[in-house]
Amino acid sequence: MTSAALSAPAKRRLGARSSLRRNRRWALITSYVFLVIFAIFFLIPPYYMIVTAFKSDAEVAHMATNPWIIADGITLDQFRILLTQTDFLTFFKNTVIVTLCVVAITMVVSVLAAFSLGRMKFWGSSVLATGIFLTYLVPDTLLFIPLFQIVKAVGLLNSYWGMVLVYPTLTVPFCTWIMIGYFQSIPKELDEAALIDGASHMQMLTKIFIPVALPGIIAAMIFAFTVSWAAFVYPMAFLYSADQQVLTVGTVTSLIRADVYKWGMLMAGALLAAAPPLVIYAFLMDYYIAGLTAGATKG
Amino acid sequence: MAEVALRNVVKRFDEVEAVRSINLDIPDNEFVVLVGPSGCGKSTTLRMIAGLEEVTAGDIYIGGEIVNDLPPKDRDIAMVFQNYALYPHMTAFENMSFGLKLRRFPKDEIKRRVDNAARILDIAELLDRKPKALSGGQRQRVAMGRAIVRNPKVFLFDEPLSNLDAKLRVQMRTEIKRVHQMVKTTTVYVTHDQVEAMTLADRVVVMNGGAIEQIASPHDLYHNPKTRFVAGFIGSPAMNFIRCHMEQNGAGLRARISDKISLPVPASLTARYQPHSGKALILGLRPEHLTEPRRSDRDQNCEFDITLDVVEPMGMETMVYFTVDGQEICGRVDPGSAKGPGEVMRLHANMNHMHLIDPQTDAVL
Ligand SMILES: Nc1ncnc2c1ncn2[C@@H]1O[C@H](COP(=O)(O)OP(=O)(O)OP(=O)(O)O)[C@@H](O)[C@H]1O
Ligand SMILES: [Mg+2]
Repeated sequence: MTSAALSAPAKRRLGARSSLRRNRRWALITSYVFLVIFAIFFLIPPYYMIVTAFKSDAEVAHMATNPWIIADGITLDQFRILLTQTDFLTFFKNTVIVTLCVVAITMVVSVLAAFSLGRMKFWGSSVLATGIFLTYLVPDTLLFIPLFQIVKAVGLLNSYWGMVLVYPTLTVPFCTWIMIGYFQSIPKELDEAALIDGASHMQMLTKIFIPVALPGIIAAMIFAFTVSWAAFVYPMAFLYSADQQVLTVGTVTSLIRADVYKWGMLMAGALLAAAPPLVIYAFLMDYYIAGLTAGATKG
Repeated sequence: MAEVALRNVVKRFDEVEAVRSINLDIPDNEFVVLVGPSGCGKSTTLRMIAGLEEVTAGDIYIGGEIVNDLPPKDRDIAMVFQNYALYPHMTAFENMSFGLKLRRFPKDEIKRRVDNAARILDIAELLDRKPKALSGGQRQRVAMGRAIVRNPKVFLFDEPLSNLDAKLRVQMRTEIKRVHQMVKTTTVYVTHDQVEAMTLADRVVVMNGGAIEQIASPHDLYHNPKTRFVAGFIGSPAMNFIRCHMEQNGAGLRARISDKISLPVPASLTARYQPHSGKALILGLRPEHLTEPRRSDRDQNCEFDITLDVVEPMGMETMVYFTVDGQEICGRVDPGSAKGPGEVMRLHANMNHMHLIDPQTDAVL
C-alpha cells in the first residue's frame, strides 16, 4: 500500500515533466516555422536584387528564363556601365558627404541636448524633452512643403548642403530621445562623484557620460546614418540637377527613363547603395541592439 | 586637517522639511557617525556638507570658513557612496587618479599617491582592473582609495557598507577604522546600522525626523541615553520599556510594574528619582540587564518569577520573551539556565542600569 501511495504522485510528476517537455518542443517548432517564414519573406527582395544585378540586359529582358537563377553566366557589365556611363559615383559621393555631415551634426546636437535635458534638471526640461519627441512624430511627407520655403530662403535649393540642413530635423529628435534615456540610466552618484572629483559639466560629459553611454551613442549614430543614407522625400523635393543628387533619388531618376526600366543597373546600383549600411550594421549590430534595449551600465 | 561645523542648518524640499535646524561641531580628525532610521535626514545632512545639496538656511563651516556657496570641488572633501559610483569605463587606477588628473597633479605625484592608497587598502594587484571585474568589497576599497588619494580635509561616507554581505561588512568596518587610524582625517559617516555606528565612531549623532536627538560617545549613548528614542534605537535587542509606578518605600523607592512585581530602585539612584515618586513612568531596562540570578551583584529583592512565552537560543546566550501586564519583555540569559516555553523561570533585574522615562515628554529622567 505504501509503495502504491508513493508511486502514484511519482508517476504524475513524471507525466507532468514529459508534458512540459512536449510543450516546449511545440513552442520551439512553432517559433522556428514563423522565423523561417519571416526570414524567407524578408530575404527574397535582396536575393532578387543580387541575382538581377549580375545578369546581362539580354537575360533580364528575356521573358522565358527563370528569373530566380542566373542562366547565362555571371557578368559584371551592369556595374561597369553604372560606374562609367552614369552619374552614380557623383550620387554616391554626395550621399557620403551629406551623411557624414548629418551624423556629425546630429550627434553633437543630440548629445548636448540629451545631457542638458536628461541630467541638468531645470525648469521645463521634461516638457521640452517630450516636445522634442513629438516633433519626431510629424512625418517628412508633411514637412517638405513648409521646409521648401525655408530651404529656398537660405538659398540651398538644389544643393546637397540643403540636405545637411534638413535631415537633422528627422534625426535629432529621435537620437536625443535615445540619449536622454541612456543618460538617465546612468546612476546619479556618478556625476556627483565627478563633481566632487572636480569635473566641470563639460568634463563630466566628455570624460564620464560619453564613454559610459558609448553603446547608446553608437545606436544613435547608426540611426542617424540610416535615416540620412536612405532619405527619399527631401532630395526628391529639393534637388533636381544630377551633380547635386543623392543615391536614393539619383539612381531611380537616372535609370528609369519614362517607362524604360534598366532593371539590371537599378539592381546593381541598389546593391552598391545598400553595401555601406550592411557593413556598418554587421560590425556594430551588437552595440545597436544593446543601445536600443537597455542602458546597461551596472557597475 | 579641518573641523566641520553646522549652525542652524535647515533643508526643505518643497513641502518636506528633511533637516530642521541642526547644530553640530566636529573637531579636527574626529570620526563622527550620523545614525538614525530611514528618512531621518542623514544623507541630506551629509550631502549638504558635500555641497551636493544647497542649504535652505543656516551655515556650514569647513576649516573655519563658511562654505555654503562653494561648489563641491572647492570644498576639499571626498565622498564614498553606497553604490560605489566608480566610473565603469576606467580601471581602478584611473578611477582613483581622476580627481588628481583634473586638478593637474604631476604624473609621478599621482602615481605615488595612488600606490600609497593601494598599499593602505591592499588593492595593489587590482589597479589595472575595471570595476566590472571587481567584487563588491574590492569596489568599495577602490572607492575609498579614490577618496584617500585626494588627501582631503573631510571624508564623507554615505552608507558605504550596506551593499555588502554581512560578513564582508564586518570586515570592511574594521578596515575603515584601520584606515582612519592610518590616515587621520575628519570623517562624517552615515549609516542606519547602530552596530556600525557604535564600533566606528568617536562620537555618534543620533538623528530622528530631521533633528538631532543626541550627540555622544558610543559608551555614553549606551549608558546615558537622553531620550526614549535614543534608548530604544541603540542596543540590540532594543531596550524594554515597561510601564511602572514609582512608589515610596520608607526612605527608598520601588518601581511597581505589576501587582506582583515591584523592583527596588538602588540607593545610589534614589536621590535622582525622588522627585518622581508617586508618578506613572516608564522603566527602561535593557535585555542584558534582565538575566538569570547570577552570583555577583545579586539582590534577592530584584528577583521575580515569570512564565516564558518564547525562547530563542543564540548560541552564546538565549533570549527569553515573557509578558507582564500585556507588555512583551525580553531578557538575555545564560543558555544553561534557560527553561522551555510555558515554564516558570526566575529572573534578576540589574536595577543599577535602569532608566526612567517620562511618558509625556519621552525624556530620560
Ligand atoms: N531630492 C529630494 N526631493 C524631495 N524630498 C527629498 C529629496 N531627498 C530627500 N528627500 C526627503 O528628505 C527626507 C530625508 O531624506 P534622506 O535621504 O536624508 O534620509 P536618510 O536618513 O538618508 O534615509 P535612508 O537611511 O533611507 O538613506 C526624506 O523624507 C526624503 O523623502
Ligand atoms: Mg540615505
